[in-house]
Amino acid sequence: MRYSGLKVITEGLFGNKGWTPAWRDPAPKAEYDVVIIGGGGHGLSTAYYLAKNHGITNVAVLEKGYLGGGNVGRNTTIVRANYFLPGNSEFYSHSLKLWEGLEADLNYNVMHSQRGLINLFHSDGQRDAFARRGNAMINQGDDAILLDREGVREHLPYLDFEQTRFPIYGGLLHPRGGSARHDAVAWGYARGADKRGVDLIQNCEVTGIDIENGVVRGVQTTRGAIRAKKVGIVVAGRSSQVAAMAGMRLPIESHVLQAFVTEGLKPVINHVVSFGMGHFYISQSDKGGLVFGGDLDFYASYAARGNLPMVEHVMEAGMTLMPMIGRAKVLRSWGGIMDMSPDGSPVIDKTHVDGLFLDCGWNYGGFKAVPASGWCMAHLMATGEPHEVARKFRLDRFATGHLLDEEGTGSQHNLH
Amino acid sequence: MRLTCPLCGERDRREFYYYGAEDFLHRPGEGAPLSDWDNYLHLRDNPAGVTKDLWYHEAGCAQWLLVTRNTVTHEITGVELVAERAK
Amino acid sequence: MRIDGKGLVDRTKPVRFRFDGKDYAGYKGDTLASALLANDVRLVGRSFKYHRPRGVLTAGSEEPNALVEVVGAQNQTPNVRATVQEVFEGLVTQSQNRLGSLKYDLLAVNDYLSPFLSAGFYYKTFMWPRAFWEGLYEPIIRRAAGLGSLSGKHDEGTYEKAFAFCDVLVIGSGPAGLMAALTAGRAGADVILCEESHALGGRLLSDSQTIGGMAAGDWVAQVVAELQALPNVRIMARTTVTGAYDNGTYGALERVGLHKPARPNLPRECFWRIVAKHAVLASGALERPVAFENNDRPGIMMASGVRTYLNRYGVVPGKRVTLFANTDQARGVARELMAAGVTVAAIIDPRPDASAVEDCPVHVGAEVVGSRGRLGLSGIQVRKGSEVIEIETDCLAMSGGWNPTIHLTCHMNGRPRWDEELAAFVPMEGAVPGLVAVGAANGSMSTHGALATGHAAAVKAVEALGRKVSVPVPEAEDAPYRLKALWSVEGKGRAWLDFANDVTTKDVKLAAQEGYRSVEHMKRYTTQGMAPDQGKNSNVSALAVLADATGRGIAETGVTTFRPPYTPVSIAALGAGGRAEGFAPQRFLTSDQASRDRHAPMIEAGLWYRPSYFPKPGEATWREACDREVDMVRQAVGVADVSTLGKIDIQGKDAGRFLDFVYTNTFSTLPVGRVRYGLMLREDGLVLDDGTSARLGENHYLMTTTTAAAGLVMRHLDFVQQAFCADWQVRFISVTESWAQFAVAGPKARALVNSFLEEPVELPFMGVAPVRIGGVDGRLFRISFSGEEGYELAVPTRYGEALFRDLLARAETMGGGPYGMEALNVLRIEKGFITHAEIHGRVTAYDIGMEKMVSAKKDCIGKAAATRPGMWGPEREQLVGLKAQAPISAGAHLFMPGAEVHRETDQGYVTSVCWSPTLGAFLGLGFLKDGRARMGEKIRLVDHLRGLDVICEVMNPVFHDPEGEKLRA
Repeated sequence: MRYSGLKVITEGLFGNKGWTPAWRDPAPKAEYDVVIIGGGGHGLSTAYYLAKNHGITNVAVLEKGYLGGGNVGRNTTIVRANYFLPGNSEFYSHSLKLWEGLEADLNYNVMHSQRGLINLFHSDGQRDAFARRGNAMINQGDDAILLDREGVREHLPYLDFEQTRFPIYGGLLHPRGGSARHDAVAWGYARGADKRGVDLIQNCEVTGIDIENGVVRGVQTTRGAIRAKKVGIVVAGRSSQVAAMAGMRLPIESHVLQAFVTEGLKPVINHVVSFGMGHFYISQSDKGGLVFGGDLDFYASYAARGNLPMVEHVMEAGMTLMPMIGRAKVLRSWGGIMDMSPDGSPVIDKTHVDGLFLDCGWNYGGFKAVPASGWCMAHLMATGEPHEVARKFRLDRFATGHLLDEEGTGSQHNLH
Repeated sequence: MRLTCPLCGERDRREFYYYGAEDFLHRPGEGAPLSDWDNYLHLRDNPAGVTKDLWYHEAGCAQWLLVTRNTVTHEITGVELVAERAK
Repeated sequence: MRIDGKGLVDRTKPVRFRFDGKDYAGYKGDTLASALLANDVRLVGRSFKYHRPRGVLTAGSEEPNALVEVVGAQNQTPNVRATVQEVFEGLVTQSQNRLGSLKYDLLAVNDYLSPFLSAGFYYKTFMWPRAFWEGLYEPIIRRAAGLGSLSGKHDEGTYEKAFAFCDVLVIGSGPAGLMAALTAGRAGADVILCEESHALGGRLLSDSQTIGGMAAGDWVAQVVAELQALPNVRIMARTTVTGAYDNGTYGALERVGLHKPARPNLPRECFWRIVAKHAVLASGALERPVAFENNDRPGIMMASGVRTYLNRYGVVPGKRVTLFANTDQARGVARELMAAGVTVAAIIDPRPDASAVEDCPVHVGAEVVGSRGRLGLSGIQVRKGSEVIEIETDCLAMSGGWNPTIHLTCHMNGRPRWDEELAAFVPMEGAVPGLVAVGAANGSMSTHGALATGHAAAVKAVEALGRKVSVPVPEAEDAPYRLKALWSVEGKGRAWLDFANDVTTKDVKLAAQEGYRSVEHMKRYTTQGMAPDQGKNSNVSALAVLADATGRGIAETGVTTFRPPYTPVSIAALGAGGRAEGFAPQRFLTSDQASRDRHAPMIEAGLWYRPSYFPKPGEATWREACDREVDMVRQAVGVADVSTLGKIDIQGKDAGRFLDFVYTNTFSTLPVGRVRYGLMLREDGLVLDDGTSARLGENHYLMTTTTAAAGLVMRHLDFVQQAFCADWQVRFISVTESWAQFAVAGPKARALVNSFLEEPVELPFMGVAPVRIGGVDGRLFRISFSGEEGYELAVPTRYGEALFRDLLARAETMGGGPYGMEALNVLRIEKGFITHAEIHGRVTAYDIGMEKMVSAKKDCIGKAAATRPGMWGPEREQLVGLKAQAPISAGAHLFMPGAEVHRETDQGYVTSVCWSPTLGAFLGLGFLKDGRARMGEKIRLVDHLRGLDVICEVMNPVFHDPEGEKLRA
């Protein structure tokens, strides 16, 4: 079924009885060419691009819960390509280009909205660091504009320019940055993959990975054994547990990142705004809620919930930066489980087991990477070679010292 | 979240700094192969369950603490001084 | 309409307030909702999506419809529950989410378009043409969406945050909570009792019953009086416990001043963190609506709401009331209305075996199937068997049974248990360690059950605290709770589940039809439960409809997760103290006032404030002042406060050995009285920090860190010492705040310093000595961050300001004076000294040309990891100096002259730049691929952002006095 405005109208006229399921609910087959473990954004996009780009359709996505139930369903929906280290720049640039064609490609409105992202800076040193970043973005072919204080005021007149603890010196504007509707991304990829023949199998937890003589043979699941020629582990949030089934110890520590949404409000914040002196970022959803977050709670956790110190710190940052949001009320807080890597960058790579591939370590930047991660993971699984924009996301880079550390905070997992 | 510092007693999480897993205590000796350093600096069991990790009572007694903790429930079952342990 | 003789409002205290521009009267003790209903105002809002007319549904914080804006002098507060907001003299409110007036909302057209606005319609359209999304569709959607409005002005309200500690936290003051608080209180435990409303008593204020032989209201008054008299009991009214967190920590919001006219220093709200050894959750239960066609009209209310308005506020929301309910308990509403003289037109009870004996018509085995009335209810349709009758009514009280208020028990991932008999979810025991749910919150629906379980939980808590108590549980109603689950009534039209988000049973069924069968998918696809009430009124009914549509049981279908906060909390309350300067501590130098006296602009350096430059009359720009200060240092003498640098005093027999371990180079061989530059790595081999350390005695060193890394280094040293050398004889402490330290630099520095010393000392370069300055013991270091002959003079902090002022006064007689951060930066760039602009966390000792400083003779932190193949070699970018005749910029990237400019051709980047008055050129420090091998090359600097494209010369970064003759002079 193809979605369109006309279809919405004709179905509406006939009681909306004609809408068909967005995806099938198949039972797992005994064997697939490719099994993707994990039905989150990255797993679903991997399956989609395996089918679309490489014609590999005998694919199963195994999801222990419901599709899109991981971090793709609990994030602050920011989409940007503002990295500066070679290795990251080209990857996120590629991802943003995929975002820009995603609705048409998926025939699903993921509400990708390029309303502009502004990273504020509060000292000369920060300005120079952001200038380095902005120039790298332009060198990559993306966009960036350095705003001075008055430039920021034109875009964000509601900030406290007068008495904030860390005065606003300016901001780096990334006009193509923005946000999207997170669930829709998972659903759009799921629907697209299903349409191309991929089996999306929910409530199917992988309990073991079958390996013979260093070659992957399939997986054990709560719904029986499934043979596979290739297996991809795409389970950010649970990477260490699943990789351990293949005898691997990953460079990952799991942390909780909280996020918040307020009650619906009439439009007040148009951009995505981030504060440079405290981890705080905010945007307003199309429904009207202010969606915002800050830093990790900083302790290793799989609880998918956090504690008050970081809640309060985030709110305090909001109050010093834009006190006009004070009377908005926080409606809901939640926590996601982040795969924190020692340099803040991800892994898309082969493993020591033939036919077993790994996509993990997205820290807290995985949402915007969903299209390119799937694209590159599919490329790697289909061709056996890394995609050119994901060449540096190697699993062994920590051992060899070829780090991709945008923050410069080093081998402490929670600092990225 | 509250931790009980062996020296200062029960305190709010705000007083503590978190570093990472206990692994950081097991520094490879001089001349150890680089793979040992990879293991030490980067690779982690990262259990969903009981773990031991390192906290610093930064706004208190400046002692590093080895905390036994469940990463799923956040239950804390033990806190010991790193310095005492190493002796 | 107000009923004489009913209610607890203070009829002697009338209050004037405003709603939508019209003035009304209420009484002290009224909520905005009760006062509006008393004035027969039924239409109070518009729904989120279809802009349907809406009235008050409930009498509590779960209200989904009656959300209004409270208008203050400076700010307005959106989405305020009229059912919670107390009226006060001068309260100004207005309706929200409307285009035009509340009566004639232009967006009500959406209601006619509803067939095309079904669940998830927006995922299927607005995709073509692409540019129309941001340009047209989205702006329209955004304007139509949202509820209330912020003013867009800074919130100038006062907010507080506070900690509280107790033995027993009791959440809720209904029968269960009061009994628990009384029991724990009499036992002598430290008790905090939180009540969301302004008055204690919970549902005992809303219905008429007896406890221990007295009227419930009298029992409440008696218990509250006793609790108030107990010194160990703290009653917090208007306080909602909003979240359960780890280790007995609860978040709670107190509405301190929202029920009064604003006045200076009266906090609006206070956010509490309550740490409790035990907690008793006595939060009661929430009544649930029934979904039937057009069940959302103003006048259709919860039965419990009607009961509360009658008994607590003396208000009836209609003249001809009907009741649609499936429990015996709800019949009480009808009886109490009739007793108050209100006409009850009919009782509709879907239970076929229910009693038909009342003083009004009763339709047993019947259901309400529809309603009419555009802006307010005028009648309902009732189906009894095959017959549908019309009943005229302006207020329908409905009840589909009760959902225990279990939210807090789910905040730590506890999944509730489905109780078939109650047809509701009840808490999982132990889901929040230390918290026990009692009364209706735990499914004990009778008053007796509430009292008994509240008592039992408190007894258990006080016994765990080692206390004993004996409190009798008074007699009370103990009727069985009997219902036939009724979630929705069969029908063709739209039947609302989530009033606030306009989700109907059709939407839930459509979600199931389209494969969004998981309860999480249904929620996210339809937005069910995502509105301001977070599904308090609708979640259970919605998942019952989903269970039915997917052929599963409710238990199997499961619930979505309740997450904090229980009721929405303002960002201002959670962020109290963060406004303006409050966000982070401010650190001031001892010289701060002296610098400000000289009109130096102060800039933030971490948490510190440091002078940027010291303007002189006639200087128009910072550059003029900076250039002058640089010249002054190079030609005469300059003074700068460098106390922000971290200072760590290290002592013990193994102090030198310890420094050898944390620095790449050796300090154990440093002679007493000498200073050495040290490089410190992180264990991953990258540069952590640099600075000088002085040996003050055989077993005594003083380490200096950079300003930025002072805390980091201290923490690092503590870790290394405690984890790896706990048995070494070394101890250290931060003395950053103990010493004020001033750099004195320039050809006349020695003369200036000596003028202060009781006995002049001849210090070699990198020497240190104790000195006496004006009768005070101080320290003198001969070190330089400027490239000139330089000293740093340290005195105990309390003498800092006096010394600084004196230094400036004497320096000025020598043609010198103070210099600020700008000049300091130029001086160090000219000399090629690095700061954290260069050692930004991604550079190795190799990158900055200091690999020879990593001693081969000993182990040190970071040494091994720095040998990884990716950490050195010509592929890496190395520190270089850049010189140009045109302005250059930090943050620019470097390219080969003539090469194309893009990522693949990128050769490096620039970290620091300045105009050098000394060399008469623009200088920069930066990192260039294989840079040390490229001295003398020309390189192209490109800064797209600032529009710069400049050819530079690659140089040794030590531009000024490369041989160091001036330093050693």
